[in-house]
Amino acid sequence: MPRKLAMATAAAAAGVLLVTAGCSGAGSTGGGSGDSADNTITALMVGNPQMEDIQKLTADNFTKQTGITVKFTILPENELRDKVTQDVANQGGQYDVATVGAYEVPIWAKNGWLHEVSTQAQADSAYDVNDLIKPMVSSLSGEDGKMYAAPFYGESSFLMYNKELFEAKGITMPEKPTWAQVAEYAAKLDDKSKGISGICLRGLPGWGELFAPLTTVVNTYGGTWFDKDWNAQVNSPEFKAATDFYVNLLKQHGQPGAPQSGFTECLNTFGQGKAAMWYDATSAAGTLEDPNASKVAGKVGYAYAPVNKTEYSGWLWTWAWAMPKTTKKADAAWKFISWATSKDYEKLVGEKLGWSRVPSGKRTSTYSIPEYKESAKAFADVTLGSIEHADPTNPGVQPRPALGVQFVGIPEFADLGTKVSQEVSAAIAGSNTVDKALADGQKQAEDVAKKYK
Amino acid sequence: MRARLQNSVWGVVAWIAGIIFVFPVIWMVLTSFKQEADAATNPPSWFFAPTLAQYGQVFDRNITPFLLNSLMASVFSTILVVLLATPAAYALSLRPVAKWSDSLFFFITTKMMPAVAAFLPVYLLVKHLGMLDNVWTMVILYTSMNLPLAVWMMRSFLLEVPREVLEAGEVDGASLITSIRKIILPIVSPGLAATALICFIFAWNEFFLAVNLTATNASTSPIFLVGFISSEGAFLARLCAAATIVSLPVLIAGWVAQNKLVRGLSMGAVK
Repeated sequence: MPRKLAMATAAAAAGVLLVTAGCSGAGSTGGGSGDSADNTITALMVGNPQMEDIQKLTADNFTKQTGITVKFTILPENELRDKVTQDVANQGGQYDVATVGAYEVPIWAKNGWLHEVSTQAQADSAYDVNDLIKPMVSSLSGEDGKMYAAPFYGESSFLMYNKELFEAKGITMPEKPTWAQVAEYAAKLDDKSKGISGICLRGLPGWGELFAPLTTVVNTYGGTWFDKDWNAQVNSPEFKAATDFYVNLLKQHGQPGAPQSGFTECLNTFGQGKAAMWYDATSAAGTLEDPNASKVAGKVGYAYAPVNKTEYSGWLWTWAWAMPKTTKKADAAWKFISWATSKDYEKLVGEKLGWSRVPSGKRTSTYSIPEYKESAKAFADVTLGSIEHADPTNPGVQPRPALGVQFVGIPEFADLGTKVSQEVSAAIAGSNTVDKALADGQKQAEDVAKKYK
Repeated sequence: MRARLQNSVWGVVAWIAGIIFVFPVIWMVLTSFKQEADAATNPPSWFFAPTLAQYGQVFDRNITPFLLNSLMASVFSTILVVLLATPAAYALSLRPVAKWSDSLFFFITTKMMPAVAAFLPVYLLVKHLGMLDNVWTMVILYTSMNLPLAVWMMRSFLLEVPREVLEAGEVDGASLITSIRKIILPIVSPGLAATALICFIFAWNEFFLAVNLTATNASTSPIFLVGFISSEGAFLARLCAAATIVSLPVLIAGWVAQNKLVRGLSMGAVK
């Protein structure tokens, strides 16, 4: 018996060897970084739904038209950031194009890590660079005014509300609510006995989690991280009023487990009908309106980001395609980028995969495509309006020293925002106070500011 | 009667412990057959219309190259480890070389430093050799990663071989080769299987080196898995489907080696 088993094991091992030997000839063992002779480019991207769609459509369309093969690698946001940084800093040259977020584009452009794309975009009349929504272009531009990445899709933030729950209580949501109104509705709709929270908001630590919505609240309450001359303002009365408001709202009428809730958790909570309102990214609407992924499809109303002292308060975010400086195939890379961010690509997605999946929020013309307007009629207008009114250069009531609505466009902000968010998140959990969180935050912000003064 | 009752009580305890350990895996497999909307419910739903949609999406992303890369890196590194560790362990146990305890200690010290601490030189070396994004780089690194552990394991298994049996063989005129083939190997083969399986599992699951050193050509399945984690949209059910597929090869390897394994893993323990 043992001998038989040994034979079987040996046979299995031999089989495995044969299979692997067979595949090693099929090109799965690349020699070194990229094949520079042939027509292949490598793309690194985050695994968001729009990126999955482009992976599906590239071979049959882009490769067929241009003869350029694209190899995709998908990584989560943090790993992607590390990889691009590592690759560019060490001149690894493993990627020809990558998705880069709005926060990093200006910073990386300043570091000289990205190829500018303005020259190529303007030379190509079919690309119609003037169709790109203005705040998108300015958020992706370096100090020299040139674009360093082309927007793939863009988003702002808005308030989503469960229409059924609002109707049941006889409440009408205004088009542009104030935060005071939102707090009032949250109190009325909070129904712990049915497991429904008045509002869902992010409480998960992270500059891009908790501090994305919270910084927009700070902006509209008249606060800011830094004033024009890099004086830290984290313990200012306005910053504190906004944070107190956010933390108390979440503590009183927020979802259970708020300190651990990020975008995904809120999407699940609100998508399951367990929250009456949710203030978050406009891109959530696509998933919420998909009956396979959400139980509130068709029942969601959309309003502008709630305000206090400013007229609008939505954030601005985009995932954009950029070329690392280290690419040796800038021409092929631009061909891919221009295809991915073109009007034609939006049409292709609409026709092949459905109009709700169009990578929207970057071109004005998208919002005049009849089929798109029809599929996104619940949220298209509010989305476009929110994006157009977001101002990355001056999102609050005072001039700012760096680009960014829900973040400060300096490399140190990721660390600063994350550290302060940990303390604010602890305040939501009840193990810390807002005062202490912001006092500590002020010190950390002052340290950061020293570099820039 | 009493003994029987005691037995069945222990049986129940064993079952409960087993279920607790297997539960997350069952949960993962169940979730992989759900729609995204069902996957996120709280409290969780036990009854749902099963769907293969998530598996379809996983294969849409072309999982095959990742599985093949993982298979190559794991299989070849495991073979190399076994080939190198067994003679080394022999020289540290049955025919100990001078200062064998120092060597043994040296082997294990290489596991004491966190991989990340040694990573920068490794990255630069690999880059200058032009070996980034290459499966063979992973084979070499996984071999060196698992070697110290394998040497230690194999040494403890070899120590189980009774001296008397070896000496008796020598008296009967057995050469080294014959001793190895007829005496040592049959006795340590369960241990060998256990060592190989553990090395295979470690190599299969390794993430840190793979994510940093591979790009488009040589990425392994853990890299494929994390690609499903997205900051936008629901991904739980798909991630579970992908994780289920990726865990299958390890399960199969464990199942194939099952008989030997139980004995092998408890070999050192009953000394």
